[in-house]
Order: sequence, then structure tokens, then C-alpha cells
Amino acid sequence: MSARATAPLLLGVLVLALWEEAVHLLAIPPYVLPGPILIAETLVTDWTMLAPSLWVTLTITLQALAAAVVIGALLAILFSLSRWVELSLFPYAVVLQVTPIVAIAPLIIIWANNIDLSLLICAWLVAFFPILSNTILGLRSVDRNLLDLFELHGAGRWRTLLHLRLPAALPYFLGALRISGGLALIGAVVAEFVAGTGGNASGLAWRILEAGYQLKVPRMFAALALISATGIAIFLSLTLLSHLLLRRWHESALAMQE
Amino acid sequence: MERTWTSVVSARGVSKEFANGLRALSDITLNVLEGEFLSVLGPSGCGKTTLLRLIAGLAAPTGGILERPDARNETGFVFQEPTLLPWTTALANVALPLKLAGVGRKERLRRAGEALAGVGLVGFERSYPRELSGGMKMRVSIARALVTRPRLLLMDEPFAALDEISRHKLNIDLLALWQRERFTAVFVTHSVFESVFLSQRIAIMSARPGRVWTELAIPVAYPRDEAFRTSAQYAGLCRQASQRLFEAMAVKAEAA
Repeated sequence: MSARATAPLLLGVLVLALWEEAVHLLAIPPYVLPGPILIAETLVTDWTMLAPSLWVTLTITLQALAAAVVIGALLAILFSLSRWVELSLFPYAVVLQVTPIVAIAPLIIIWANNIDLSLLICAWLVAFFPILSNTILGLRSVDRNLLDLFELHGAGRWRTLLHLRLPAALPYFLGALRISGGLALIGAVVAEFVAGTGGNASGLAWRILEAGYQLKVPRMFAALALISATGIAIFLSLTLLSHLLLRRWHESALAMQE
Repeated sequence: MERTWTSVVSARGVSKEFANGLRALSDITLNVLEGEFLSVLGPSGCGKTTLLRLIAGLAAPTGGILERPDARNETGFVFQEPTLLPWTTALANVALPLKLAGVGRKERLRRAGEALAGVGLVGFERSYPRELSGGMKMRVSIARALVTRPRLLLMDEPFAALDEISRHKLNIDLLALWQRERFTAVFVTHSVFESVFLSQRIAIMSARPGRVWTELAIPVAYPRDEAFRTSAQYAGLCRQASQRLFEAMAVKAEAA
């Protein structure tokens, strides 16, 4: 294993060990700060309750990410084809981006009148802007000489898009995808906090709220650990995807091989 | 080699003024004859690249009459940089103009393979541009420009960024290609030595606005090789071309 993987792993184990020791030595009660071993035990004992919540959060996150990819990329392509569409729509995309999601989530929840749908909209709102803006940047960052070459050989707008602009935008798009994967999870969790939903079909954020009311702090930590693990898993899979798509030609992927 | 003496490109009083009012070219009169190797020599900023873009049809003149081959794929263009698609192989890069022309996959890959072989890159079909040296990338770029078998090959200082050894080798290989494929070549350069080595005729330009100041014939038979490069005749022709270039640049100084 490379130093890339071992160094952070060693540090992590060390910190967890110190944490466990400190909890015992200072006799901190579990309702203030549980040790990592207790948290792991809670994760196992509460798994039947936490697993469905994990599934709910994960589903909303992935759906929101998929919607962000489709709508963000399509809008970016539309903007690159028509200057007027871009000039008229882009400012509103910025407005959506800069408005804090916590502030508009209550409105969306009222309007959507369906809790899953409103969570999905909130997570999508947070996730889609990086994809839109980065893909636009990528579609524009095309070598001028290559554009001349395509013009010289009579490629129209569509074939230039297909064979030149889209591949050129791919690294930018993939960079945005990694950011948006994390943002979709954050959006889903934040919206769930605002919604404060109950019942069977509710996600990890609600488990944290619920456990907090009941002062079941180890369960709060267990749910938190699951959210973090989900975020890490999303980031790693998108990084892998990016690496697989770019490894033959793009500088960013080549640097990883050195 | 036989000559038919018809013009491939004919410019009469061509001028180009940009939208910002800059006059890049003024009253250019120039004929490029079928099958000839013409160099356009001039200081940087004299509008050489603009002239080439006009001939390629990538920009329109603002004055005068310009006749050029306007059918698609009759003109090949080699840029200053190799300008390859980084995400695909050398073979697919060379096949690109055929793909855009709607040639079937099998046929275009076959012709691209032949064009790559023509520039001496057998065995590099599957290589990505980043795996190739600067000289090899330029060879791929030349193969791509020639894959449609154009009548006219336009080159915009294609070897300026290469080391001298690669440049000399590519000069000789380019002449061999030209003799074999019999396209008409217009080669833009700021190197006196390169223009004398390659061409039958040199159009020397003066700057601001760009004009064809004078023309110089290089009456030396092909094939030209390294022996020609070290000959007294070559040195003499280079001196002549340099003098004319200095005259052309002095014109610019008076005007300024």
C-alpha cells in the first residue's frame, strides 16, 4: 500500500485510540461524548433502524445528483448554443445558487406538498450549479485552432459540439461532478433537518434529530458516521469514474500516476 | 516536375481590415501556381497568418478579389501548434477530416493509416498525442492535413516551435511528400533559411499594413538535401533573401 493510503489511515487509527483513551481516563459520560467503540456497537445494534434511513438519504442524494447532471449539462449545452438563452437565464441560475438552501427549503416543502419531492428539489438546487457553470466553462475552453479546423472541414454546430466541445468539456464536467456529489448529500441532509419529518420513511438527518431529543448521543454519532461514510463513498466513486475516463489523455489523471 | 501554370490561388488587390480598424493586409496581389512550393516570408506582425486564413476561407477579405479552392477538403491546413485532439489516438486524429466528411469508418481508418505511414509514423497509430514528441505530433498534424488529398496545403510556421534537428528532418520529409503527392504548398515562415531551403518562390512581406514587398525565385532543382543546406549556392540565396527582407522591414520603419 502506498504512503498515500497508509499515512491518513495511521493518523485516523491513532486519533480514534486517543479518543477512546481520553473518554475512559476523563470518565466522560456517553451522553456527552461516547467513545468510538461504543459508537461502533451502537451502529451494529441500531442497524435495523439506521439502515432504512441510510437508504432514504442515499436515494434522495443520488436522484438529486442524477437530476443535477441531466439538467445542468443540458442547460450548459443550450447556453453554449445560444448566447441569448444564456444571457437571459444565467443570472437566475446564479440567484438560485446564492440563496441559502435553509432559507428556501420551508417554501419548497409547502409548495411541493410531498416530502420526498421537496427534499429532492432542495438537494438538486444545491448540486446543479457547479455542473452548469463548469460545463459551460468547459464547452468554451476549446482550442481556437481546433475550432478553425472543424470549420475548415465543414463541421456544423452539432458535429462541432459532439466531436469537439463535449469531449473538451469532459474534465471540467467531471471536476464539477465530484463537488456536486458532496453537495447533493449536504442538500438532502439540510433539507431533511428543515423538514423535520417523522414516520418510517425518513433519512439519517431525522435520526440525528430524534436521537438528540432522546439524548441518545451514541446513536447521533452512529448516524453522523453513516452520513460521513456516504459522502466519502460518493466522492471516491466519482473520483474513480473521473480517473477511468481521463487516464489516457488528461493531465489531471496523468499526475495521479506519477 | 511538370507545370500546368494555372493558378490555385489568385489574389488581386486583397485587403483585410479588422472590426477594430486595424489594417492587417493592404493591396495584396499574389498568384499561387498549381503544384508550386511558395513560401511567405516576413517579420512577425506583417499579416502572414491573416493572409493564410483568408486563403483557407476562415476569414473574408474586406477588399479586392480572392479566388481560392472553395470546395470542402480541397484545402489542408497545418497550424503553428500540432492542434490535435488530446482524447484520442494518432490514427483517429488523422481520420478526423474524413469523419467530418462522412467517410465510412473502415475506409477512413485505412486512409488515415496510409497518411500516417506517409509521414513516417508506422507503429504509432494507437499512441495518444501526449505520448508523442513535438516533432511526431507535427507529423500527425501534417498527415491529418493531407488525408483528404487536398490540392492546396497551407502551413502556418509549422516547425517554429521545434528544435533545429527535428526541423531539418521535417523540411526534407515535407519536400519528399510534396514531390510524391503533388499538392500546391503555401508555407508561412519567419525563417529566411527555411524559406530558401523549401521553396521555388518566396513572397517577402512588409508590415503594418501587410503587403507583398517583393518576390524571389529559388531556381534550385529538387530533391534538395543536407548537401544543399551546406552549399555556397544556398548561402548566397539566403544572403539575397535576407537583404530583401531587410529592405521590406525598412519600408515599415519609414511608414511608421
